[in-house]
Amino acid sequence: MAVQKLTIAKALNDSLRKALETDPKVLIMGEDVGKLGGVFRITDGLQKDFGEERVIDTPLAESGIVGTAIGLALRGYRPVVEIQFDGFVFPAYDQIVTQLAKMHARSLGTIKMPVVIRIPYAGGIGAVEHHSESPETLFAHVPGLKVVSPSNASDAYWMLQQAILSDDPVIFFEPKRRYWDKGEVDFEAIPDSLHGSRVARAGTDLTLAAYGPMVKVCLEAAAAAAEEGKSVEVVDLRSMSPIDFDGLQASVERTRRLVVVHEAPVFLGVGSEIAARITERCFYHLEAPVLRVGGYHAPYPPARLEDEYLPGLDRVLDAVDRSLAY
Amino acid sequence: MTVESTAARKPRRSSGTKRQAGAASAAKAAAATAQTHDDAAPQLVQLLTPEGERVEVADHPDIAEFAPFVADITTEDLRGLYRDMVMTRRFDGEATALQRQGELGLWASLLGQEAAQIGSGRALRDDDYVFPTYREHGVAWCRGVDPTNLLGMFRGVNHGGWDPTTNNFHLYTIVIGSQTLHATGYAMGVAKDGADSAVVAYFGDGASSQGDVAEAFTFAAVYNSPVVFFCQNNQWAISEPTERQMRVPLYQRAKGFGFPGVRVDGNDVLACLAVTRWALERARRGEGPTLVEAFTYRMGAHTTSDDPTKYRRDEETAAWEAKDPILRLKAHLLATGAADEAYFAELEAESEILGKRVREVVRSMPDPDTMAIFENVYADGHALVDEERAQFAAYLASFEGGE
Ligand SMILES: Cc1ncc(C[n+]2csc(CCOP(=O)(O)OP(=O)(O)O)c2C)c(N)n1
Repeated sequence: MAVQKLTIAKALNDSLRKALETDPKVLIMGEDVGKLGGVFRITDGLQKDFGEERVIDTPLAESGIVGTAIGLALRGYRPVVEIQFDGFVFPAYDQIVTQLAKMHARSLGTIKMPVVIRIPYAGGIGAVEHHSESPETLFAHVPGLKVVSPSNASDAYWMLQQAILSDDPVIFFEPKRRYWDKGEVDFEAIPDSLHGSRVARAGTDLTLAAYGPMVKVCLEAAAAAAEEGKSVEVVDLRSMSPIDFDGLQASVERTRRLVVVHEAPVFLGVGSEIAARITERCFYHLEAPVLRVGGYHAPYPPARLEDEYLPGLDRVLDAVDRSLAY
Repeated sequence: MTVESTAARKPRRSSGTKRQAGAASAAKAAAATAQTHDDAAPQLVQLLTPEGERVEVADHPDIAEFAPFVADITTEDLRGLYRDMVMTRRFDGEATALQRQGELGLWASLLGQEAAQIGSGRALRDDDYVFPTYREHGVAWCRGVDPTNLLGMFRGVNHGGWDPTTNNFHLYTIVIGSQTLHATGYAMGVAKDGADSAVVAYFGDGASSQGDVAEAFTFAAVYNSPVVFFCQNNQWAISEPTERQMRVPLYQRAKGFGFPGVRVDGNDVLACLAVTRWALERARRGEGPTLVEAFTYRMGAHTTSDDPTKYRRDEETAAWEAKDPILRLKAHLLATGAADEAYFAELEAESEILGKRVREVVRSMPDPDTMAIFENVYADGHALVDEERAQFAAYLASFEGGE
């Protein structure tokens, strides 16, 4: 069947399976990805079907995982690496930033680094510390890396395919609290481009821009705003590096107002860059300053406070109101 | 998991034996296979057999170096160690139950690792300093940390829950291996200060693969720091067996860094006490770091989120149950007349009181104040945090009743 309704988790699993089937050079690497199928079961059943040589349980060493993935890529493989949780990518940060990101440039374009680093990220699952963070800015800031995050099952399936096909390193942030959300996947579709944005809901009064876990919150906010007679457009950015500024600009030129929403701290976040660029590009179209809704300049709080910390419907609607009040 | 790989992880047999065969010299392989299977062979320091019998130095000269470190242990002391293990297990069981009842978000059980933790924990002096990972509830008990304080972070009301300097027991560390470097740095400071206290860094077999741990070994060796690296090899790092982390027994790794490594029966509280005391003594005397590998077993799941049936065989767990650290000491206490059934019943009642208290405290643990998000981000304050705090307060106040 060409179209199926799947959870994001299953869509990712199908996507990895497809990649393993299609290209013998694709490898899955990470902690617990084998028998256990990963702590979120995204790699469930893959080792059973493709063997320990393709789906590799690694030692508990993130620097080692990414560093050896670089070596495997140099040797012609296409490693898809799983980092167990957002907060555990930092032992590998050195390898990602100082090596992986720069190899292509340093080799004058002769070396390709087709490495995908999958990271279940962001909050909302009641976890202990280091399990709920949104470090995307730290990667988007690094030249040489591409950074994306799907918000629905179809994108989960297709964006992961595209990331694996990419000859550049891709940091693939999976919104872990959405893993169990279902959506339709058309396995025969011609997917959107990996780095293009998508209008998830059309509107005329204001644009909400988000990615990953916050797209759903923004869609809910737009629905709530509609009940109050406000027409809110939601743009799913999908990619944080590069960012589809043309797509966003087109939306803002229609609606003249923009609110950017993400879980990561607002200060120097992806929203900051968007606010600056859109202000440059759309200065004469804007009816209000670009507003940002996101995390605070504080460590991700203990689970019992995360509902207060995370941008929810109320905070997004509050920003919508503030923007419309200008 | 195959039977063969389980066998390769048994104590007293070089865990790499089978797979190394190609690379290792024939002589080495032969030596490894020739190693006997009795409980006190050189690779595993043991003072109490699984049946609860004392191992005699005369029969096992290799324990001669360690046995004197528990020569002073009285019957009373043995009962104390037993009580520590029972209370710790009761606490741990209660926490697991509380997680199942939705009172805790997560729990990392120490079931099966009581002897490793109580033995090493009771070897410490008050002025020693401990750097735990996230499973050291028994060590916390030995340090005098109120067990209910350990539950806040698992309930999700804080990221720590105790003042590390009160009991010289650092906050739990979740990022694997990080704390081994902190311990080493702390020990470097102890040495600089000319103090004679020591530092213990706890970590798991999986953690031994982290670069941080190798770097901690390097620093500790180079600066001859008074730190004991205490690895609880519980055979698993979530779903990955030790073969996925190492090809030679962990304790042997120390040699390459230039300090001694010892493998101790981690289910033998007496041996853990002796070996840790020995290692701490070395540290105090200025002889530098030691690696202790406590060979033990995680009897439960990795955490309450884990499903060990996906990767682990029941037979393996059953085999380790036979080595239960608490039953072992109980058998010894009974056999030597050091305790009777009345004593055990009394202790059972005492542990029930602990369980009840834990339950009550956890259930009444308040959620933190919302504004706590902005507390303690900086020691000296920060303009951006102040601004965001004010904005957030205004936002909350904008709701009816100012919630
Ligand atoms: C740097 C890092 N990577 C991954 C994790 C996720 N994780 C938590 S515990 C664990 C296994 C640890 O095994 P081990 O060190 O043997 O200790 P044990 O839990 O068995 O006591 C993993 C992979 C983590 N906490 N930190």
